[in-house]
Amino acid sequence: MSASHDVVIVGAGGAGLRAAIAVSETDPRLSVAVVSKVYPMRSHTVSAEGGAAGAISAEDSLDEHAYDTISGGDWLCDQDAVESFVAEAPRELMRLEHWGCPWSREPDGHIAVRAFGGMKKKRTWFAADKTGFHLLHTLFQTSLKYPNITRYDEWYATRLLVDDGRVCGVVAIELMSGLIETITGRSVVIATGGGGRVFPFTTNAAIKTGDGMALAYRAGAPLKDMEFVQYHPTGLPFTGILITEAARAEGGWLLNKDGYRYLQDYDLGTPQPGPVLRSMELGPRDRLSQAFEHEVEKGRTIDSPYGPVVHLDLRHLGEKIIDAKLPMVRELCRDYERIDPVHDLVPVRPVVHYMMGGVHTDIDGATALPGLFAAGETACVSINGANRLGSNSLPECLVFGARAGRSAALHAADAPRPGPAVEKQGHDERRRLDNDLFRRDTGTDRISTIRKRMQTILEDAAGIYRDGDTLTKAADELRELRERAATAAVDDTSRRFNTERVAGLELTGMLELAECIVHSALRREESRGAHQRTDFPERDDNRFLAHSLVHREPDGSPRVSHLPVTITRWPPGKRVYGR
Amino acid sequence: MSDQITLRVARYRPEEEDGEPAFADYDVPLRQDWAVLDGLNYIKDELDGTLAYRWSCRMGICGSCGMMVNGEPKLTCATFLTDLAPGPVRIEPLDNFPVIRDLVVDLTDFMHKLGQVKPWLIRDEEKPVEEREYLQTPAELADFKQFSMCINCMLCYAACPVYGLDSNFVGPAAIALAHRYNLDSRDEGDRERLTILAQPEGVWDCTFVGECSAACPKGVDPAGAIQQAKLAAAQEAVKSLLLPWRSK
Amino acid sequence: MISPLEARYHRRRVPLMWWTRRRSYTKFILRELSSVFVALFVVELLLLVRAVAHGPSAYQGYLDTMANPALIVLNVVALAFVLLHAVTFANLTPRAMVVRLRGHRVPSRVILAGVYFGWLVVTAFLAWLVVR
Repeated sequence: MSASHDVVIVGAGGAGLRAAIAVSETDPRLSVAVVSKVYPMRSHTVSAEGGAAGAISAEDSLDEHAYDTISGGDWLCDQDAVESFVAEAPRELMRLEHWGCPWSREPDGHIAVRAFGGMKKKRTWFAADKTGFHLLHTLFQTSLKYPNITRYDEWYATRLLVDDGRVCGVVAIELMSGLIETITGRSVVIATGGGGRVFPFTTNAAIKTGDGMALAYRAGAPLKDMEFVQYHPTGLPFTGILITEAARAEGGWLLNKDGYRYLQDYDLGTPQPGPVLRSMELGPRDRLSQAFEHEVEKGRTIDSPYGPVVHLDLRHLGEKIIDAKLPMVRELCRDYERIDPVHDLVPVRPVVHYMMGGVHTDIDGATALPGLFAAGETACVSINGANRLGSNSLPECLVFGARAGRSAALHAADAPRPGPAVEKQGHDERRRLDNDLFRRDTGTDRISTIRKRMQTILEDAAGIYRDGDTLTKAADELRELRERAATAAVDDTSRRFNTERVAGLELTGMLELAECIVHSALRREESRGAHQRTDFPERDDNRFLAHSLVHREPDGSPRVSHLPVTITRWPPGKRVYGR
Repeated sequence: MSDQITLRVARYRPEEEDGEPAFADYDVPLRQDWAVLDGLNYIKDELDGTLAYRWSCRMGICGSCGMMVNGEPKLTCATFLTDLAPGPVRIEPLDNFPVIRDLVVDLTDFMHKLGQVKPWLIRDEEKPVEEREYLQTPAELADFKQFSMCINCMLCYAACPVYGLDSNFVGPAAIALAHRYNLDSRDEGDRERLTILAQPEGVWDCTFVGECSAACPKGVDPAGAIQQAKLAAAQEAVKSLLLPWRSK
Repeated sequence: MISPLEARYHRRRVPLMWWTRRRSYTKFILRELSSVFVALFVVELLLLVRAVAHGPSAYQGYLDTMANPALIVLNVVALAFVLLHAVTFANLTPRAMVVRLRGHRVPSRVILAGVYFGWLVVTAFLAWLVVR
């Protein structure tokens, strides 16, 4: 059985839905399939809180946004991509406004912008502190207007179809029934988000298992910069739930156990009562997370049942500001920590939040495989380099989602229809999946055991600080885990809505990504941005002003190589904050 | 207080031999910070991998994890075990929807209705992006803000006896969303939407039970939205009666 | 047409006594039931008007009928339900009416106060008419 379209988009979050709309606006006669393992409103874009950056105020400029992004990324960003990005971000955000997004406003009715980490000027658009939620719902509701978009809700894509070297669709399981079908097209866009769930403590939802990255990787597209994993400085201790950077942008302080604003000890500026851009609590996320680790070593953090934490102090902001600008923060603290940030200190710690790395693409979203495009957190263009600035990822989804959509539409217009070979690929995949399902009832490991072990390995070896020995041991253990995962037990052999089967498939993908992260980290013998090596503590522009590319070898192991960064107008410099 | 709690979970596995709907008891740790969802994850990871349910963000924003907990529609990620101790805690799929399997219900009807009410900005004339934003004061934003907070969790549909008795009813969340756009100062499509809402299975099926708003975890107040929409629909009907020459 | 997949869906029927399952549902049904008693009062009012129109003896006959103990009990119960009807209706008004004055939304309790005040004024007027 097969469904035939022109463009197949895997993933229905910010980037995926934007791409679908972009295809429809490029050519409404193209038939678009949007394939997602969850209903679109559940995509993880929904939980983004703080805002989306776009330079629109008179005192701001595109060059400044570009510079902040490039320096924030420790000069690993491709500067041509950044220049396009900062130019298009305001237009994309404005387009969202025209589609109904309820951006917060100034009293005169214009769009309001606020400060955010690592940005020298105020340029972050926001919709209270539920920006991702409003953005996603606006995109989803707007996408309902287009009759040429067909949604495949709760279909899990397991393999890319390739005909004559061209990517031309996916094989996917319809979760509801267990049916396995091929969904073909003349181009494919992958927008499935990142893979934070390879780590144990993360702001990411359960669905962030890097499925699309694994799909592309297995089909032969290289992944890029996988070692760069962002820790967000303020997540709640047990759940990992995100407390938005906007809390610090509005003036929140980070205090250690002595009530001391410890960031001043780490070359991030001197403490002022109010927030100062690019200083102290508004420094870049990698530096703040690293400062936390140092405080732990010095014994100045607070002990909690879930490990060391520091305190986020919002009390001086007052109830009025918290209710107006940070209502969701207040709700989350009340529900998940049983405290009220108006009166209490909020316990926080760094948690994994975002993957700078992903499927290697050019600035139009094209990957190394003809017909395959990628956008959003799944892709690595790279505009975020070694460390992403907060409020750059929502516009990234929009700008590159639109670009990838347009590129996919143009490609589909000229590409030939997929040949009969894909039918066979579909049958083979169906047989593989069925064998896999029924063979596993004799497995010895539980999926959750392997998953938890993988997460522990990653936290130890690929956390905020890394070293060669731990990484080498981790690489070996991960390879072993990958083999064990192939036969992990699956209790549930039914076809209908088999979430355990999906968990097993997700796990095999995650293990491949985990290996990519560890191998890339091992081969990068320097410290830059979010990748910090205790055995190589300095940045080394001579050897490593380059992206890490990782290809999949036939035996499944990762092979790392390097690709120079595109520098246009901003030669590498020092990252300076607080001065 | 014991350190375990029993979750009495509704199971339905149509493909199995004895696949009739039944309850199964599972003992899970009673941890201070655990939500019902953490209990379900414990069951799936450690006790019985065949249990099927939806979840994702575990912070009450994605709307996936709605289920009946002790007969009340709740987000299982925001309902805590310690508040339900000593148990047993009865967990069932959302009321008023057909059950596909275990705790998973079929949402096709809701997704269809969401599209029916035209939940997008409708304008007679669009301006290009270069001309920047449509101005909207904070007061105008406040007019519809509350109704834009719906996470599509469908607890309101589970709570609504009208929807339970008549699945043709468009339902609280869909009407609240339509009303959100009607109130948006940038929108000009309220008459188009009111035509849809003014059908019998639109706003007029609602008898203001009010349970939808009681169940809503986000304070959207869909019941209020529906009554306001009724007023608007009635006013619209009167206007079109008295002024039949208005365009469209 | 139902597909084989959908045919295996478990569809739970709403039980006949669904309204006993939750207090809020029962209160809702009582509220709706109160309309019957409102209708009863309307009928009694119409009969009163007809009796007055037919002269003093018809009017007296009406008063005698209404003095029947069973009818008194019924009317007391009906009064309780009518008050329930009026109070629940009044309390729901602010949800349905969003009133704006000078850019700000009038708070619910002000609208509520307005509704009850209006009710009080009308009741006082009618009471004065009757007593006069």
